Amino acid sequence: MEETKKIITRKEILKQFKKKTQFQEILTRFLRNRLAIVGIVMFAIILLIAIFAPLLADYQTEALGMNPSERLQGPSMAHWFGTDEMGRDVFARVVHGARTSLSIGFIATLFSLLIGGALGAIAGYVGGWLDEVIMRVMDVMLCLPEMLLAIAIVAAFGTSTTNMVIAIGISRVPRFARIVRSSVLTVRGMEYVEAARAIGANSFTIVTRHVLMNCLAPIIVQISLIFASAILAISSLSFLGLGIQPPAPEWGNMLATGRQYMRGNSHLVLAPGLAIFFSIFSLNLLGDGLRDALDPRLKQ
Amino acid sequence: MYKYVIKRLLALIPVILGVIFIIYLILYLTPGDAVTTILGVNYTEEAAERVREELGLNQPFLVQFGTYVLNLCRLDFGNSYITGLPVIEQIAARFPATFILVFVSMALCTILSLPVGVQSAVKPNSFFSNFTSALSMIGIALPTFWLGLMLILWFSVGLGWLPSTGSLSVKGLILPSITLCASFMAGTMRTTRSSMLEALNQDYIRTAKAKGVAHKDVINKHALKNALLPVITVIGMNVGSQLGGSVLTETVFAFPGLGRLLMDGINTRDTPTVLGALVVMALCIGLCNLLVDIIFAFVDPRIKSQYSKGR
Repeated sequence: MEETKKIITRKEILKQFKKKTQFQEILTRFLRNRLAIVGIVMFAIILLIAIFAPLLADYQTEALGMNPSERLQGPSMAHWFGTDEMGRDVFARVVHGARTSLSIGFIATLFSLLIGGALGAIAGYVGGWLDEVIMRVMDVMLCLPEMLLAIAIVAAFGTSTTNMVIAIGISRVPRFARIVRSSVLTVRGMEYVEAARAIGANSFTIVTRHVLMNCLAPIIVQISLIFASAILAISSLSFLGLGIQPPAPEWGNMLATGRQYMRGNSHLVLAPGLAIFFSIFSLNLLGDGLRDALDPRLKQ
Repeated sequence: MYKYVIKRLLALIPVILGVIFIIYLILYLTPGDAVTTILGVNYTEEAAERVREELGLNQPFLVQFGTYVLNLCRLDFGNSYITGLPVIEQIAARFPATFILVFVSMALCTILSLPVGVQSAVKPNSFFSNFTSALSMIGIALPTFWLGLMLILWFSVGLGWLPSTGSLSVKGLILPSITLCASFMAGTMRTTRSSMLEALNQDYIRTAKAKGVAHKDVINKHALKNALLPVITVIGMNVGSQLGGSVLTETVFAFPGLGRLLMDGINTRDTPTVLGALVVMALCIGLCNLLVDIIFAFVDPRIKSQYSKGR
């Protein structure tokens, strides 16, 4: 009785040991990269700010509540980033803007990952004419800049948060499709895929369980980079008046309204702009760090 | 040689048709009706029917698309719903401004980022190289429109050196073109750097150095010439993104170009104008890709040899 117990624990130890090595290797490579650490810390701070935004500033009273007697004040102890043209606290609006940008950016990224990933996986795994058709459509879409495609979609369906998510998501589908397809192509011929087929797994299981699981590295890197570009796209569209509409706090539309009052009130355009900059900057650093850590061969 | 150009040109046609189809399809699905844009909210059913008949809106989608493409071949982009004037006139009035803006910003981007990329590849671990790659990390993360606002704050509100609105004059072009090219400089610089690094590691560089070629010539003639191909590709691809970015830049600087036309069209729900502006941009991108292909043929002897005599 005691003997078997010992064997199991030893097995478990061995199993754990074996499982950890690759992860640990990646982790040490990642931790050695100073820029990546800066990126992940910066992004973690922004994420925490977004999550705990209601604790930092109340949405209804501070981010939306107007207070004409305090309009256009510079930064002070009461209002860290000053107040805007309606007397709203700019700090509260930037903090709640982080919530909007991060959550919508994440949903848009997920949306394009699901569609682009599915298309890329089908194209790469099934191949043949289906691959040809899907990739030709993706090539055509890539000929149109992401920004223009997103503008066209929002212009056609009208400005709403859902439409913006769809626009940003669809305009980034080709990027995911290409990445996933090329990694699926490299993995498809591996022996373990053949083995899975030999024991009778169906195509769906093989693709989701075996093929995609082994293409995770480039996909994860792409997620962080596309997340950054989605955040930029949200603020760009909102700046043009095609995204989140005021009075809802969003960095892009804060810049669009702040711009009219920026002579003498530079704090109105400084704070939201820096917020966009740091979000994108941190995600880019994180993405580059992840790429170097997950696939050291790519570094050259 | 011209065989290659014609082959590329023919390959371009289905791509451009595809792009126009996507744009047309997206705008076709617009929930709002053209009739309300033209006639206002109060209209009789008869008048609405007449408008639909006139614009061919009661035809099936593919017929409408076919008619649109055929009209495009005659440079007919349809008439604006708002002004009733031909869209091509508006585009012709706005296009030169955007063309010059994108051209100046491309030139600026190339002139600035090529030497920097080359220099940082020649001395990969120097202060200069680290400094410029840090700058390019920042450049990539800078939102175009925010940079534009900051430049306005410093140079026109603060220092009063340059106008805050863009126009087709030397002074009026400086800020918009810097704004537009900033985010693309980083990419061009990085590509130049990595492609130069690769070229400098090749055997022929060592040979050139060994036989006593001057350092300057090794860099400019042997390495740079070979490293140029990916750089040209990136610069060509940037044109498309710059046209996308020009919508933002033109909005920031109230610059009278295609991007503004597009935004005005969207705000007034003027579908033919929106469609026309997007199609012209797509055509420009397609032609630019063609241009890159042709330049490739001149720069890369491998393509030239495929189409030389005797084959």
